[in-house]
Amino acid sequence: MKIKDILKETFLALSSNKIRSGLTMLGIIIGIGSVIALTAIGTGAQNSISASIESIGSNLIIVMPGAQRSFGGPSGGRGVALTLTVPDADAIASQVSGVSAVVREVSSRKQVTATGTNTNTNIVGTEPSYLTVRNVSIDEGSFISANDVSSGSKVAILGPTTRDDLFGVGAENVVGQKIRISGSEYTVIGITVSKGGSGFSNVDDVVYIPYTTAGRYLSGNRYLSEIDVSAQDSSVSSQVQADVTTLLLSRHNITDPTKADFNTLNQADIIATASSVTSTFTGLLAAVAGISLLVGGIGIMNMMLTTVTERTREIGLRKAIGAKRKDINRQFLIEAVALTFIGGIIGVLLGVGIALAISSLGILQAVVSVSSIALAFGVSAVIGIVFGYYPAQRASKLNPIDALRYE
Amino acid sequence: MIEVKNITKTYNTGGEPFEAVKGVSFSVADGEFIAIMGPSGSGKSTLMHILGALDSPTSGSYFLDNKDVSTLSDDQLADIRRDKIGFVFQSFNLLPRTTVIRNVSLPLVYDGVPDKERIIRAEEALFASGLDRIYFSHLSNQLSGGQIQRVAIARALVNNPSLILADEPTGNLDSKTGEIVLNTFQKLNKELGRTIILITHEQEIAEHADRIITIRDGVITSDSKSHKKR
Repeated sequence: MKIKDILKETFLALSSNKIRSGLTMLGIIIGIGSVIALTAIGTGAQNSISASIESIGSNLIIVMPGAQRSFGGPSGGRGVALTLTVPDADAIASQVSGVSAVVREVSSRKQVTATGTNTNTNIVGTEPSYLTVRNVSIDEGSFISANDVSSGSKVAILGPTTRDDLFGVGAENVVGQKIRISGSEYTVIGITVSKGGSGFSNVDDVVYIPYTTAGRYLSGNRYLSEIDVSAQDSSVSSQVQADVTTLLLSRHNITDPTKADFNTLNQADIIATASSVTSTFTGLLAAVAGISLLVGGIGIMNMMLTTVTERTREIGLRKAIGAKRKDINRQFLIEAVALTFIGGIIGVLLGVGIALAISSLGILQAVVSVSSIALAFGVSAVIGIVFGYYPAQRASKLNPIDALRYE
Repeated sequence: MIEVKNITKTYNTGGEPFEAVKGVSFSVADGEFIAIMGPSGSGKSTLMHILGALDSPTSGSYFLDNKDVSTLSDDQLADIRRDKIGFVFQSFNLLPRTTVIRNVSLPLVYDGVPDKERIIRAEEALFASGLDRIYFSHLSNQLSGGQIQRVAIARALVNNPSLILADEPTGNLDSKTGEIVLNTFQKLNKELGRTIILITHEQEIAEHADRIITIRDGVITSDSKSHKKR
């Protein structure tokens, strides 16, 4: 029997009972559709989380001081020890390969006052490369210049939230105004573009000043509170992190890495952790959708068994006129696969449609991957074969004499 | 050319073995029209299944066109049915909601005959069975009993078989329509030289054949020329 003839038989068989075929297919359509839509939503969520982590910088490795260690005394807690110095940062810039930029930071929380208003905010002492390393853009005015750093000038760049707090929401002509931090007067020379975020991690609630100025007037020492190292690309970031660690250990004369007086944090690790969480979640969603696919598959088997019973005499006749076991087997198997395959196509369209609808409604940028479509097709074909196999076998094994007599 | 030698068939269902056919021998020459007659339970259906290559005998041999069919596998039997045998059933067994042409050409589908040739051969068979052309594209459920049986006869003819087996072909038809169907068989035998075996339990129907083999309790009780009802 030729494939073309089998397909024709399949078409006739399925179209002779359209409602039943349609309802059976519906199980597969819903199963495949939900697998595609849910993985698209999951992938979209994963991407949006990765993107928000990436917005804090590109290929960033953050070096922070460790806990202050004094023999017997109270620990000052992580991040407060005075261990990182400007020469450390210089050494990283000159001795570690694969580094594209190094940013020195001296940060602290201080009270900031303007005319009649005040706020308590994060003062970040830093340098020009901060802009590129931490993905910050200037909305108006300018950022810290190299000259500002070398001369330790009293200039400040405000985050949009701080600007709102000090000068009123959306206030204009803030550039050129004066603010006071810890008794010294600073000139506002720029405002940054909002990066979003809120609550405890509001990256817009900040004042940037040169790190040299911060060392001189705010912390009163020459230590850094953080060094940001930007790797040239994500593939070398782990290597850079390792090299920075080795370099600083040797500079600080520490032989036991577990006793390091600093910590490094690789942005790639954070993204990896976050995406492993979201991909677990996506997997969970897909598994739930997979269960509905399984139920759809059982629906196929149910219908095929009914069909085989109903068409027993037809099977007997086909055998009597020369159909072999494999002909009958193939015919019913292809009928089942056709149901799941057509259902699969419609399901993919449905899933993609749902993903597009969610994206266009702006809820989430759902991402339909080609692999999930390929997987869905593969799974639907496999379901057709698995759940069609038993009914087809049953049909092919019918004895023609009994089948012809079947009432 | 059919040669049946000492065929037996024993069923083992329900504990005690039951011998439905107990050593039957006869031969049929090409172009003969014979009737196998017997009451129900006589073993004529079992014999029909063996002759139709739907079942294998327990012992004995069955030569169809000089080929021993009694020892073949399921798939080889399917090939024999496809190439050498045409069935006409009491209950017609047409595919429901399917056109006449498609029903008739179904055996050719399993033979891998190209589409165009299928149609031509199906139409030839339908002409031979005497169905009017206007019904060719009708669906099987839109026809009367007599028309349906003509379609079934055409289907039995279409693969050019060595043997046409008709199992109570008039059982579901009124006597007038039954007569027309039997005349069709006679015509196929006389004009096209088809070998036909008609299975029936009615003497009157068996009389349409040239030769009548009577079977009772699994053995042949008579084998003689009929009184010619033509």
